[in-house]
Amino acid sequence: MEQELAVAEEPASPRRRRPRRRTRTVRSNLQPSLGAEDPAAGASKGERLLTRGCVQHLADNRLKTTKYTLLSFLPKNLFEQFHRLANVYFVFIALLNFVPAVNAFQPGLALAPVLFILAVTAIKDLWEDYSRHRSDHEINHLGCLVFSREEKKYVNRYWKEIRVGDFVHLRCNEIIPADILLLSSSDPDGLCHIETANLDGETNLKQRQVVRGFSELVSEFNPLTFTSVIECEKPNNDLSRFRGCIIHSNGERAGLHKENLLLRGCTIRNTEAVAGIVIYAGHETKALLNNSGPRYKRSQLERQMNCDVLWCVLLLVFMSLFSAVGHGLWVWRYQEKKALFDVPESDGSSLSPATAAVYSFLTMIIVLQVLIPVSLYVSIEIVKLCQVYFINQDIELYDEETDSQLQCRALNITEDLGQIQYIFSDKTGTLTENKMVFRRCTVSGIEYSHDANAQRLARYQEVDSEEEEVISRVGTVSQRGSIGSHQSIWITHRNQSIKTHRRTSSRAEAKRASMLSKHTAFSSPMEKDITPDPKLLEKVSECDRFLAIASHQEHPLAHLSPELSDVFDFFIALTICNTVVVTSPDQPRQKVRVRLELKSPVKTIEDFLRRFTPSRQASGYSNTGNLATNKSSHKSGSSVLSSLSQDSMLLKLEERLGQAASTLAPNGYSSQAGQAEELRYEAESPDEAALVYAARAYSCTLVHRLQNQVSVELPHLGRLTFELLHTLGFDSIRKRMSVVIRHPLTDEINVYTKGADSVVMDLLLPCSSDDTRGRHQKKIRSRTQHYLNLYAVEGLRTLCIAKRVLSKEEYACWLQGHIEAESSVNNREELLFQSAIRLETNLHLLGATGIEDRLQDGVPETIAKLRQAGLQIWVLTGDKQETAINIAYACKLLDHGEEVITLNAESQEACAALLDQCLHYVRSKGSQSSPENTESDVSMGFSFNPASTSPASGPSPSLVIDGRSLAYALEKSLEDKFLFLAKQCRSVLCCRSTPLQKSMVVKLVRSKLKAMTLAIGDGANDVSMIQVADVGVGISGQEGMQAVMASDFAVPRFRYLERLLIVHGHWCYSRLANMVLYFFYKNTMFVGLLFWFQFYCGFSASAMIDQWYLIFFNLLFSSLPQLVTGVLDKDVPANMLLKEPQLYKSGQNMEEYRPRAFWLNMVDAAFQSLVCFFIPYLAYYDSDVDVFTWGTPVTAIALLTFLLHLGIETKTWTWLNWLACGFSTFLFFSVALIYNTSCATCYPPSNPYWTMQTLLGDPLFYLTCLIAPVSALLPRLFFKALLGSLFPTQLQMGRRLAKKFPSKYTTPKETSTQAQPPGDPETAFSGRRTMGPSESLPKDRQLACSPEASGEPSALDTNMPLKDDTLLEGLGTQVPGSSVPREAVSEECPGHSNGKPTSESPAAPLSSLFNLPSFSSLNWISSLSLASGLGSVLQLSRGSLQMDKQDSPPQPDQDLRVLGRYIF
Amino acid sequence: MAMNYNAKDEVDGGPPCAPGGAAKTRRPDNTAFKQQRLPAWQPILTAGTVLPTFFIIGLIFIPIGIGIFVTSNNIREIEGNVFMYYGLSNFYQNHRRYVKSRDDSQLNGDPSALLNPSKECEPYRRSEDKPIAPCGAIANSMFNDTLELFLVTNESDLTLTPITLKKKGIAWWTDKNVKFRNPPGAGSLEEKFKDTTKPVNWHQPVYKLDTDEDNNGFINEDFIVWMRTAALPTFRKLYRLIERRSDLHPTLPAGQYYLNITYNYPVHSFDGRKRMILSTISWMGGKNPFLGIAYITIGSISFLLGVVLLVINHKYRNSSNTADITI
Repeated sequence: MEQELAVAEEPASPRRRRPRRRTRTVRSNLQPSLGAEDPAAGASKGERLLTRGCVQHLADNRLKTTKYTLLSFLPKNLFEQFHRLANVYFVFIALLNFVPAVNAFQPGLALAPVLFILAVTAIKDLWEDYSRHRSDHEINHLGCLVFSREEKKYVNRYWKEIRVGDFVHLRCNEIIPADILLLSSSDPDGLCHIETANLDGETNLKQRQVVRGFSELVSEFNPLTFTSVIECEKPNNDLSRFRGCIIHSNGERAGLHKENLLLRGCTIRNTEAVAGIVIYAGHETKALLNNSGPRYKRSQLERQMNCDVLWCVLLLVFMSLFSAVGHGLWVWRYQEKKALFDVPESDGSSLSPATAAVYSFLTMIIVLQVLIPVSLYVSIEIVKLCQVYFINQDIELYDEETDSQLQCRALNITEDLGQIQYIFSDKTGTLTENKMVFRRCTVSGIEYSHDANAQRLARYQEVDSEEEEVISRVGTVSQRGSIGSHQSIWITHRNQSIKTHRRTSSRAEAKRASMLSKHTAFSSPMEKDITPDPKLLEKVSECDRFLAIASHQEHPLAHLSPELSDVFDFFIALTICNTVVVTSPDQPRQKVRVRLELKSPVKTIEDFLRRFTPSRQASGYSNTGNLATNKSSHKSGSSVLSSLSQDSMLLKLEERLGQAASTLAPNGYSSQAGQAEELRYEAESPDEAALVYAARAYSCTLVHRLQNQVSVELPHLGRLTFELLHTLGFDSIRKRMSVVIRHPLTDEINVYTKGADSVVMDLLLPCSSDDTRGRHQKKIRSRTQHYLNLYAVEGLRTLCIAKRVLSKEEYACWLQGHIEAESSVNNREELLFQSAIRLETNLHLLGATGIEDRLQDGVPETIAKLRQAGLQIWVLTGDKQETAINIAYACKLLDHGEEVITLNAESQEACAALLDQCLHYVRSKGSQSSPENTESDVSMGFSFNPASTSPASGPSPSLVIDGRSLAYALEKSLEDKFLFLAKQCRSVLCCRSTPLQKSMVVKLVRSKLKAMTLAIGDGANDVSMIQVADVGVGISGQEGMQAVMASDFAVPRFRYLERLLIVHGHWCYSRLANMVLYFFYKNTMFVGLLFWFQFYCGFSASAMIDQWYLIFFNLLFSSLPQLVTGVLDKDVPANMLLKEPQLYKSGQNMEEYRPRAFWLNMVDAAFQSLVCFFIPYLAYYDSDVDVFTWGTPVTAIALLTFLLHLGIETKTWTWLNWLACGFSTFLFFSVALIYNTSCATCYPPSNPYWTMQTLLGDPLFYLTCLIAPVSALLPRLFFKALLGSLFPTQLQMGRRLAKKFPSKYTTPKETSTQAQPPGDPETAFSGRRTMGPSESLPKDRQLACSPEASGEPSALDTNMPLKDDTLLEGLGTQVPGSSVPREAVSEECPGHSNGKPTSESPAAPLSSLFNLPSFSSLNWISSLSLASGLGSVLQLSRGSLQMDKQDSPPQPDQDLRVLGRYIF
Repeated sequence: MAMNYNAKDEVDGGPPCAPGGAAKTRRPDNTAFKQQRLPAWQPILTAGTVLPTFFIIGLIFIPIGIGIFVTSNNIREIEGNVFMYYGLSNFYQNHRRYVKSRDDSQLNGDPSALLNPSKECEPYRRSEDKPIAPCGAIANSMFNDTLELFLVTNESDLTLTPITLKKKGIAWWTDKNVKFRNPPGAGSLEEKFKDTTKPVNWHQPVYKLDTDEDNNGFINEDFIVWMRTAALPTFRKLYRLIERRSDLHPTLPAGQYYLNITYNYPVHSFDGRKRMILSTISWMGGKNPFLGIAYITIGSISFLLGVVLLVINHKYRNSSNTADITI
């Protein structure tokens, strides 16, 4: 079908090119061409012309995410692969081999490994591309209704056939195929709800609005009559912005905003049918422009490895050069003499030494290419893939409640998880559940503590644990039952007693909720069921009753006492000052208009039928199944109901307001009462929902929200309908939102504002203290402020509710400005912002609410564990300081016994002064407590005596800094000081920080401290932080999926971080580090064999190892065992790692793979190659053995040595390891046998025929194969054993402990008690589940320094090394760290008399710590002077009693050493 | 991308709440493999655990070493079959260009390769416009001294009794019968090689290496032995066999021997030396004391290290025992 594609972006009019370029013009495809008057239309007579000509091609809706086509695959893929330098290198080597003068192998054979590697990668790419193609194909062939000009109706088309300018008709629950301008909706108010879960994961519904001018159309929208032209932006990826205008045929213009655009990928909800014109299609849609594909990061280990690869290259060049020089000399020596074995050039002339040297150099590079591990990169990829698989499969990381497991989104940074030093965490939703529960409120200065509510919440905690048992017993039956019959439970459980409620709550409930989350965002039962405070409830109902009686009077509210009036307004504000969408399960809402009823009944039946067979099912969707059927079965009834209840909307608004009192919907009330239970609130943020639910608990129920009216149901007063004049949405700068309404009772225009207390309190109407009313107001405010502070201390989120009554004149005045702002095209946002500020002043305070954001399960424990693991945790939150601090205390990030430095500065100078002061303080403390001089950080811009850079060196304080100060501290001039201070602190808490600041902090730490950082968060405000950090973790929580989309790993809950880092991170790091080291060892050792041979072959680059073995050795014979070890090896069992988190430090300090380890490895490789070369050399010296018959045993020896070496390095031997080793050996011998039998003449220059067979009959072969590997590995084994005995590392201790007491570590309690001396009075204390350092240690320390408690020598002598240990570990030096146990062990061997002297050293810093007066004076002075002078506060609060509390060294350290000792 | 996949998810993979469908969860399988709980042997390398290994190595290696050593030293006695080697030193037969300089197809009797040898043979590929057979540097540099051994039966008048030196059986059976073959066809060897020429250094063409038809041409065993290029610059190659005639007499009885060398092969050019070695071989090859000594040494070292570890372990155990008590 020939479609007139009357769309153009770039009409060929040179004069207007520049302004036109930034916009796109869209016309209806249905309009016949306008002919010559429009050049664009003229040029676009056919598609071909359009696409070929100067007119820019508009993307159609075909989705093509594939990279390749059948034809382009090979060249394109190869081209991409050659971007990797290593591949170019290997191909170069292989091609070099084709040059006859320098070739070392058969040219074709030399290509084999490279081709193999390339092929593996290509196949992987091909497979990925194919799966992309398949998913593209599926999506492209989804169907949707497109208006056809020929048939004059909507016909079914594939998605891929949609073009810009087409008209698309969508029904409820359909996925939007392209970016569509909404032109018509079945909704009476021209609204359409979409769910953007596919786009950003947010499950709440968003409203979209029909383009102004179309919503008012009386008749059904007819695409054929659409003649307007749409001008809009060029395609861009900004989801939250869309600008443009629509020019009607009569020249009228109307602005277009993002509210008019339906984005591809979203789902239509709550709206029966919509229609619109396609603006952007296919790859130009915002959804696809936002797709940035998977992330590629390079891990730290890989960076280090690449550096070592460079060393290998250097080594290779050196070896080759050495060989070349040697060969030159050799040739020069024999050239004159015409030695028999000298082979001249083909023309008979002899080679000059220089030429020979050059040839030899090149050939050596070919022969020794093994040194640069071809397969290393491929192997690492394979191992990482397997690691990712295992992480994904870990059942411990599976969250039952949300039915989600951990997702690894970045495939190549698993080992970075094992090296994290800093964790930057968001607070809300990350540490807390982001389940907002209404806790308390204060109205008109009176506090309502909601005690019953608090008790109810407390019960939930118990219930959760109870429920677990129930679930485990009942099993899946109960779960499934609840799923199947969710509708009924939904209604029933709310009416039942708490007892029954318990049963359905928690797990099963949460699970069901998550499954139904599409319709129930932010509404777990815990959030919804609020037990009202009796006092307040009484007041509310009194108010309600009074109003019900007085509602017929002229000014019903006037007779209310101010307090009751406030109460009433407070709840009205709670109910309507939000953007909550009310839905009932029986969606969608229908367009109920008179004209609809006038339509032919067929239409209705059609609708009916369509609803019974939901579009999703019809087009192959299967997922709604149960839900959809339930829905549709309810539908028939509900549509009638809603049509009845809503017919009043047809009346003019003015009329309706006039008879406000009678808006008690004539037939609505009784029917709605039954339905009220089923109302669902879909909120943009959880606090909103919490407040609405709270109001509902006080019988002030939000029953209805339309574009311009809100209905509230009150028990006595009935339904009140407020005309919603404006909604000024929440933004993070204003930190508040407002609604402007016309009050139905008073007919006044009211503004209800809800916002952060700090903002709202400043906007209140200044009250004079002259009259009593003013004084009363002032009193109320100060009381409210008092309670607000109280709430904050409790860790509640506070919101202030305020109101303003506008006179008609004021409103009119404001309205004018506002309308101008709204209709302006340029800087509309800015003007709207101004307008909002004009409105939100002179407010009257109604009250405040306290909402609890509960901590997630296991957060304090996880934080304690992570901290024990040496991770420094920073919390970056946008919350206010008090709330943040309280949450920090709750999750044990801050300890009541420790100092907290609070940095609140008002100006740059103040901040600088404060920082200096803090630094001075920290430094003085640091120099007192730790005498050792440690490494100074070079990157610091100033030189301190960095007494201790370790957080564990003393009672390091915690730092709290607010957003403003943070902004100053992050300035270039102060950032070094800030960082230095922060580094000294045990934990850092940044409050009121913006997303940008969050990412700046992370960036700063990453770049200046060169530390590995991990950022974890759940919301859109964490995205930048997540992207900046080395490892970004997203929590797939309630605030949508944006964080997850940006993250490398997505965890369901914060607590899974513990296992992810401490277990999997450690394993991944340890495995990869060992594998990389082994790789280098293996290649060096193998190359060494060849190199030594050069000394005996005139450096002629000859190889005694057959070319086949040489080329396939890495690829085939020796690759499998190391892969198995790299994937499966566990240096320490998981439970041990979890019990002793400090084992994680090995990864942080890069203990496994550091330059020293690399070079030691290389030296060992050199030694082993010497042994493996010279033992066969001497064994076959002066014999009649030929080159390859001698080379084969050498190869076999090398293989056996590799396997044995791997055996020494392997910590856990599963049957897979055995199998792999056996397979390797078997493969080598069988390949050799087959190869040596296959052809007598085929493989010049080696003549392998029957070599292996002959060797197998030779005892000498076996004898050399036995002695060489053993003697090569004896030293390694010996030193390993020696080190393992004398200076075991922490990891070895852990492993030993786990082996010694395999059962011990199943129960956590035993470990800590084990270390306690018997009869220790503190056993009970330290036997607590969380061995948080601050809990268990101080006692230990007191124990150490008090003479009467030091009766136990073991308690003493373990204490000393512990202190050293942790100090040194904090410095990141491994050498002294590992030497500590030696002291502990070897020095204590003779006796334990030295227990006493050591006991004094921990006491020394303690005495200095008790130097309290100096601290307190400093504290006092600083807070006084700064508070007054600079308007800022430095708080050095400290627990005076527990001044000696120290964070580390943690107890388990002790276990390790003490227990580790008697294992021998 | 995410969006695409999401959309796709909705198409084909229904959510777990699908009616009637099994409650499909994403819960990972709780298997030993997936949960990385495979039963495993976890060796821990400490003095205590490793020392048995050292002792075992010592205990195994020292006897083996002694056995080898004794065997190797017994080779001295010239009994049984005696092998006659010629030895060359400083001859780099493993030189890269040298090793390559041959054509196995030609040597295998491939007629086309015979007339058109591989390029690898350059510059010993053609001579006087005829292909060289056998081509290449290896063949060209073939050792061509003749060694003859005589027993001086009468010292006064130098009566020489020639010792029978067996020419055949010195090459690998597979080389002689599989790898090396004369060109096929009827007729004498000379006819078969008529279009070829001899290597430059050779005095005689390849078909005159021996008179025995079965040991002539490419399958001449001296030639085959030479073509098996030595691994190291100092090497020996089997030249002749002296078979034991009867159990009663030693193969080479004590006495004076006379070695007649027809000197053809220049070794001065490469500072080389020629040797003639007479040796018997044992089950483990020719005389080489190294391996025996190596076994004994490594065995002893291992034993010693074992003792060191034992001491360490013992000392350590003591201290840890006391630590044990204090706990």
